Amino acid sequence: MQEHDMSWVRTEMTLAQPAPSSERGLTAWIRKNLIATTGDAILTIVGIALVAMILPQIVNWAFINAQWIGPDRSVCATVAQGGIQPDGWTGACWAFVNAKFGQFMFGTYPVEERWRPIVVAILFVALLVPLLIPRVPRKGLNAILLFLALPVVAFVLLVGGMFGLPHVETSRWGGLLVTLSLSFVGIAVSLPIGIVLALGRRSNMPIVKLLCVIFIETVRGIPLITVLFFASVMLPLFLPAGVSFDKFLRALIGVSLFAAAYMAEVVRGGLQAIPKGQYEGADSLGLSYWQKMGLVVMPQALKLVIPGIVNTFIGMFKDTSLVIVISMFDLLGIVKQNFSDANWATPQTARSGLVFAAFIFWLFCFGMSRYSMYTERRLDTGHKR
Amino acid sequence: MASQEVLREEPSRGSFINDPRVRGIFFQALVLVLLVAGVWWVTHNVIVNLARLHIASGFGFLKGRAGFDISESAIAYSSDSTYFRAILVGFINTVIVAVVGIITATIIGFIVGIGRLSRNWLIRKICTVYVEIFRNIPPLLVIFFWYSGVLAVLPPPRESINLPFGSFLNQRGFYFPRAIWGEGSWLILVALLLGIAMAWFVARKARQRQMATGQPFPVLWTSIALIVGLPLLAYALSGFPLSFEFPKQSTFNLVGGFQVRPEFLSLYLALSCYTAAFIAEIVRAGIRGVSTGQTEAAAALGLRSGSILRLVVVPQAMRIVIPPLTSQYLNLTKNSSLAIAIGYPDLTATAGTVLNQTGQAVEGVVIMMAVYLALSLITSAIMNVVNARMALVER
Repeated sequence: MQEHDMSWVRTEMTLAQPAPSSERGLTAWIRKNLIATTGDAILTIVGIALVAMILPQIVNWAFINAQWIGPDRSVCATVAQGGIQPDGWTGACWAFVNAKFGQFMFGTYPVEERWRPIVVAILFVALLVPLLIPRVPRKGLNAILLFLALPVVAFVLLVGGMFGLPHVETSRWGGLLVTLSLSFVGIAVSLPIGIVLALGRRSNMPIVKLLCVIFIETVRGIPLITVLFFASVMLPLFLPAGVSFDKFLRALIGVSLFAAAYMAEVVRGGLQAIPKGQYEGADSLGLSYWQKMGLVVMPQALKLVIPGIVNTFIGMFKDTSLVIVISMFDLLGIVKQNFSDANWATPQTARSGLVFAAFIFWLFCFGMSRYSMYTERRLDTGHKR
Repeated sequence: MASQEVLREEPSRGSFINDPRVRGIFFQALVLVLLVAGVWWVTHNVIVNLARLHIASGFGFLKGRAGFDISESAIAYSSDSTYFRAILVGFINTVIVAVVGIITATIIGFIVGIGRLSRNWLIRKICTVYVEIFRNIPPLLVIFFWYSGVLAVLPPPRESINLPFGSFLNQRGFYFPRAIWGEGSWLILVALLLGIAMAWFVARKARQRQMATGQPFPVLWTSIALIVGLPLLAYALSGFPLSFEFPKQSTFNLVGGFQVRPEFLSLYLALSCYTAAFIAEIVRAGIRGVSTGQTEAAAALGLRSGSILRLVVVPQAMRIVIPPLTSQYLNLTKNSSLAIAIGYPDLTATAGTVLNQTGQAVEGVVIMMAVYLALSLITSAIMNVVNARMALVER
């Protein structure tokens, strides 16, 4: 063995050095994310050109040149079009949205009665927000209030005709009121029906299974417009003469049935993902079918398919805009109807109204999808790979 | 042994009410009775109602004179044609917009989906913004936006916007030169088909050769040369029979050329943009579903990045992509029924008009449902074939 005169063993770690300057800061970030290769650099230039071309135009149109208030079309039209703006002006006509805001929200709901939808909206938010925040207790009571009590209260308040409230025909409802009430009822109705259909499709009883498959596959194979046509043209034929349905109710039935078929497929996906051992375990405990499903399978299955359920909700929320084809006026319908108002007809009106409606729809859908992502993370109990 | 015998002979001590089999049969019988009763009640009501409204049932009405005009039709149609022909025109229009929309949406969707995975921060953000905007607004709104917000405010015909290749854009749509096929132009078509067939054959041979000897063959360039070159050769040989009719300005309108109406244009653009956002997400999920180990292993084998993408990543990603892609194609086809809102004469619009004119509500809705169901089934059948070819071949 050779002896070392000089040996040195380090007893403590050296301090970590800062990353080299080429790996830090803005320059490194730009180098990595924007100009890593020649191809990247070209793409970046194309991208910058695209943004530089589009963004200023959008900002100009929506904010800088936009007209926010005004009595009529003259503020949004150029001189040649009979307005006050210089020739070549283009900008959003938010004045139109401003003037029609009440209609966009409530349709032709009588102005002196509009406090009623507002009260319903406040109740809705007051019940929904605590339900969405996980830390707030009493979820069960909250859900019962939201899904059972609120619809009754909302029905009394919105329709009226009792407790001294004047009756308001559903044909006078419109705007966001229709969009929200259609989608709320649709969501509340389609989920239970969808669950039942999914269970039916996986049932051992051949007749029940066949009926569920036929219903689900037929509805999924045809467009919602056809279903709405069906609800508006054929339902009256199916009922005895003299019995007639409210148009709003007919649309509601159509939308709910349509969403239920999609919901059933989503729930079925969740049911299939639950291992067989769970079913067998529940059976061996002597649970009945409904106990097994309600206590063991469904809680796990529904948790797995939350993204799918929310996607179906989002789809349904967007689909409510189709009721325009059976001449009901939801948010999009009422915006479109107001294009023909001679008082406001300018080249900018349609664009402004549609951008406003798109923004509202976008807010709701984006909010829903973000909330579903949050729930998914929170409920992720490690079952998923 | 004995105990087993005893068990077998004593099936259930409980009341037969608790026997799942008896319960199942009883429940199904109940459902069946309710269903039959419901159907009978509905049928009865329909018959009574139709008799009250003096509407004859059956599909005989399809032979009647339509009496309404259709603005766009790929086959000969006038208001003297039959109802059947009117519905057929609508059906063809639906198929046209669906096919063109599917192709465009796939192209945009793949570009945006790959863009969302780009290393380039700017490209990634642009693609994300695109997807998040279009996924969260109703398709109908997108259609209206193109129709009333963009195309309706274009300049009138007299001030048409000039575009390259002699095409024009104005309020009344998009005009481009119409090709006029002269004498002997069938030769070009034959040459094109021949080129495609030969390209396919060359690709096959090249593949076999590469498998056997490892020597590559420039398939892409050969194919392009064959598919483009042969028709050009035929074009020259047959004496340049193809000419173009350019749209021309007249006092009030553009004359000549091929006109794409704003209804079709806005429906097509809206469906493509909207569906592309969903396809982009599917493509992104598909590519991310291929594990990085695959890419790394391919790199370790010495493949170039282009080959890695083409030979390793894309084939595996396609397996994940195709099933949801199919349902997006179906969605696009079904969403094409939104055409009715802007007056593009698709199946729903023409069948709806027929339904309103004749009062044959039941038959009209049945036709609509049957055709859309058939379209859906055909699309899924085609995609299932594609899927079967792509699917993992396991031992």
